[in-house]
Amino acid sequence: MALSDIVTAAEAAVATATTAQELENVRVEFMGKKGLLTEQLKSLGQLSAEERPAAGQAINEAKQKVQALIQARTQELKQAELQQKLAAERIDVSLPGRRNQVGGFHPVTKTIQRIEAFFGDLGFAVVEGPEVEDDFHNFDALNIPANHPARADHDTFYFTPTTMLRTQTSGVQIRTMQKQQPPLRIISPGRVYRNDYDQTHTPMFHQVEGLMVDTDVSFTQLKGILEDFLVNFFEEELEVRFRPSYFPFTEPSAEVDVRRNNGEWLEVLGCGMVHPSVLQAVGIDSEKYTGFAFGMGVERLTMLRYGVNDLRAFFENDVRFLKQFN
Amino acid sequence: MKFSEQWLRTWVNPALDSVALSEQLSMAGLEVDGMAPVAEAFHGVVIGEVLKCWQHPDADKLQVTEVNVGAEEPVTIVCGAPNCRTGLKVAVATVGAVLPGDFKIKKAKLRGQPSHGMLCSSSELGLNDDHDGIIELPADAPIGMDYRDYLQLDDTVLDVDLTPNRADCLGLRGIAREVGVLNRLPVNAPEILPVAAQHDEQREIVLDAPAACPRYLGRVIRNINIAATTPLWMQERLRRSGIRSIDPVVDVTNYVLLELGHPMHAFDLDQLQGAIHVRHAVANEKLTLLDGQEVTLADDVLVIADEQKPLAMAGVFGGEGSGVTATTKHVFLESAFFSPAAIAGRARRYGLHTDASHRYERGVDPELQRTAMERATALLLEICGGEAGPITEAKSDEHLPVAPRVSLRAERLNKVLGIEIAAAEVTEIFERLDFTVTTTEQGWDVVVPSFRFDIQIEEDLIEEVARIYGYHRIQAAAPAAQLRMIPRREGMLTPTQLKRVLIDRGYQEAITYSFVDPKHQAMLFDEAAALTLPFPISLEMSSMRVSLWPGLIGAVAHNQKRQQQSLAFCETGLRFIPDEQGENGVIQQPMIAGIRAGKAFPEHWQEGERAVDFFDIKGDVEALLALTGNAAEFRFVADQHSALHPGQSAAIFRGERRVGYVGAVHPQFEKALGLNGRTFVFEMELDAITQRSIPVAQPVSKYPSIQRDLAIVVKASIPAGEIFAAIENIGVNHLVDLHLFDVYQGAGVAEGYRSLALSLTLQHAERTLEDNEINAAVKMVVEMLTSEFGATLRE
Repeated sequence: MALSDIVTAAEAAVATATTAQELENVRVEFMGKKGLLTEQLKSLGQLSAEERPAAGQAINEAKQKVQALIQARTQELKQAELQQKLAAERIDVSLPGRRNQVGGFHPVTKTIQRIEAFFGDLGFAVVEGPEVEDDFHNFDALNIPANHPARADHDTFYFTPTTMLRTQTSGVQIRTMQKQQPPLRIISPGRVYRNDYDQTHTPMFHQVEGLMVDTDVSFTQLKGILEDFLVNFFEEELEVRFRPSYFPFTEPSAEVDVRRNNGEWLEVLGCGMVHPSVLQAVGIDSEKYTGFAFGMGVERLTMLRYGVNDLRAFFENDVRFLKQFN
Repeated sequence: MKFSEQWLRTWVNPALDSVALSEQLSMAGLEVDGMAPVAEAFHGVVIGEVLKCWQHPDADKLQVTEVNVGAEEPVTIVCGAPNCRTGLKVAVATVGAVLPGDFKIKKAKLRGQPSHGMLCSSSELGLNDDHDGIIELPADAPIGMDYRDYLQLDDTVLDVDLTPNRADCLGLRGIAREVGVLNRLPVNAPEILPVAAQHDEQREIVLDAPAACPRYLGRVIRNINIAATTPLWMQERLRRSGIRSIDPVVDVTNYVLLELGHPMHAFDLDQLQGAIHVRHAVANEKLTLLDGQEVTLADDVLVIADEQKPLAMAGVFGGEGSGVTATTKHVFLESAFFSPAAIAGRARRYGLHTDASHRYERGVDPELQRTAMERATALLLEICGGEAGPITEAKSDEHLPVAPRVSLRAERLNKVLGIEIAAAEVTEIFERLDFTVTTTEQGWDVVVPSFRFDIQIEEDLIEEVARIYGYHRIQAAAPAAQLRMIPRREGMLTPTQLKRVLIDRGYQEAITYSFVDPKHQAMLFDEAAALTLPFPISLEMSSMRVSLWPGLIGAVAHNQKRQQQSLAFCETGLRFIPDEQGENGVIQQPMIAGIRAGKAFPEHWQEGERAVDFFDIKGDVEALLALTGNAAEFRFVADQHSALHPGQSAAIFRGERRVGYVGAVHPQFEKALGLNGRTFVFEMELDAITQRSIPVAQPVSKYPSIQRDLAIVVKASIPAGEIFAAIENIGVNHLVDLHLFDVYQGAGVAEGYRSLALSLTLQHAERTLEDNEINAAVKMVVEMLTSEFGATLRE
């Protein structure tokens, strides 16, 4: 067979090989020990010395050409095989992933965390205290002596005439001030209790109270920090107003209302300058130091922030409600 | 304090509409809680006189009337009210009138008789719920006058929610004074003149407790006509303050209470025996109150008594035997000053709250008694006739409050408020408030009038200045303080960090009530005593929790009833363990707890689904423990707990201290607790896991690690945890990891035994381990397991 015919035959064979094995068979057929091209090389001996170099070169070129064809085809087949494998491994990426469930914090906790962050950045430390309190910490030290009309307003859950569930977290401030001299900056979040249960009252709710005592704390600063807080809490430029009010443990006292988008004024917190009797009762010099205190209902702020309508939802723990805040 | 705006405007009439007036009061600290029209919208109602009135020919209960409404001709109206009669002045809705509820009055025929209008009852005009027939107007009511004009119904009721310090505003007089101050207007108080005595009958008054009652005025009024009718204007003012008209004597005392803020009481003179004593009750003395309730008095309750018996709880409530009745002829009027301390809390103790106790607890003007007495006398004589005697006044000057002189330093005012207010403005504010003010070198000396008994100290004056100056005029400023960092201890885990781990594992944080159902609590914790609320919201919310489990179980049950089956909740909070050692007899301990029920994970298209089991929740607990960096200090030990499945519960120990439990809720309680299926819980003392060790870094070995697997067969009753602890304790050289990868029981393993497949990982820090070292280590483990646990190697 002429060399050119062999090459043509090889080209055809390579082109039709569809597996690595078939291609190997082609290689053996043409370039193996008894392959057609190998046989050609062997027949070189029969040629004259003059003919041999040219014939040899021709055979080698044919061999290289076939070699290259096989190599190219090998690559092609490998690619095809890979493609096939990848195609076979194709998945539906729109199917759901595994164990994709993550829970979340309770919305009341979220609000407390946000409040703690705002005031924490200003150096207010978080302190907590007991929920079963005595009348000294819950009332007397806060300038609410026995029989004070303000006691009747508290709907207190008493255990005995002198122990009760705390009606406010202010007792924590008393405990802190008994232990520590100013400058003081604390906030105390926590559960408080009032014996009242209807659409707008639950017998347990959360408060965050704040206290700052230092040498030059004033009512202007109380206004400043609370306006700053409310604008940041609601993340909008709302109107804030301070209205004179009365708490036995602060004087002057104020209630703070906000108005969003020109709606109704809504009361959101109570505050005032710490009453000198409160400072004196815990051994702080009320001439040298002044302080402000404020208290806010966490559920109320949470309701306004997230549009919750029913206070009671906070304590039913219905997952369909809670998951909305995850 | 509810009152008619019109009434207020007779005292002081600022150029403000109702809304602006309310706003002004609120911004001065007298919060207006409500504003409501006195009467609903209606028109076309005029005063008429019934000229003729006869039985309807075809209806037993109807009458036909001819009514003069001031028009040329009388109108014919059919009326069903039994009190309709000739000569009566009535409120007539004429044809074309529109009554509340958009009820239009048209010409009609009632059982064949034409009717051109309607005679109205109070309820038909939306004035009250009285259904006792048509309105009866006084004989002098002007015929034809619009009824709204006659009763001045175009008025608003303002409801002011007063803070306890502003008792001076618990009467119109005080509110008017405040409005005058705010608007710089004079206040026109009604003129109150002394009533001359017409006889000289007096009752002796003895102040047996002068500290509690330093002033008591009494007056005998003889021959009153108790059947007289209270004038309409007074009835209306009372009604607009939410007080019903009872009889003229009670109406007058109530009117004075509203007008001046001073409570009064009237006794039936004929029921009094001898002198009047104001004294403390003798312990266990009994008194029947006006509402029929008999109370047993304590010895700190002040009473008004005669020589034989207590007559009334002073400043709180009258007694049944001595009050004014329909047969009363002569009255003894009381106008007293009681010290707030002598009254405060007493009413509440007996479940009472009256207009009088509300005022006396907060304080009344100690100089107002005579004015109130004269006012009440004059009104009473005007309405009921009778003859007044002289006023008898008993008082103890040394016990009467004296208005204090209070100083205000300008420097202090500026320091507290943070702004400077011009001295002249401060002086002017005090003058407007009717305070007697003198300027001093440092500021001001102030003597307050008797009605502002709430002003006692410098801060009270600062508040008054700020209030009248206007809070809105005090600018806001950022607080200044020395920058000082708050300690943030890396070695302290916060509840937030711990809960975060659970939340990442699918838990929803719950907040449950601190008081739970005692039935559930007693079921789960049979030996634990709990703190009980004596006056709970309900029995189901009466027992302070000794664990977070009852609340969490309640949350799961609540959701399961609402088709939510797969649930995981966590909570942190206090538990309350009664204990003499604790402050206030209770140990209040922060806990962290979790609960899981339903599926271990949401049903997955490939993984399918599986019910949650013990090892799911144990894994959650282990994740929490890992956060401490000291997981090795904790152990799980099979243990019984009254709330838990005896075969699926473990106590969690840190060292030798038991710090919590994990397990399945005991199946026998599931139904009673409302649980649908197996539920797993854990609870730990928060303090046990809030300490995190600060890492001390070790170099990482660069040399290869070698893993050797062992399958041993041991008695199935031997806890795997003990085997693990034993391996860790013998100190195998270079053991860096120990891992259990299979537990097998069944064919090939003898009954009562199980196979545990362990994987040991060995590694040297500084070189490659030799085979003989590895073999020696494995041999050491195998020999120990054989001798300690009777283990055999599984072939």
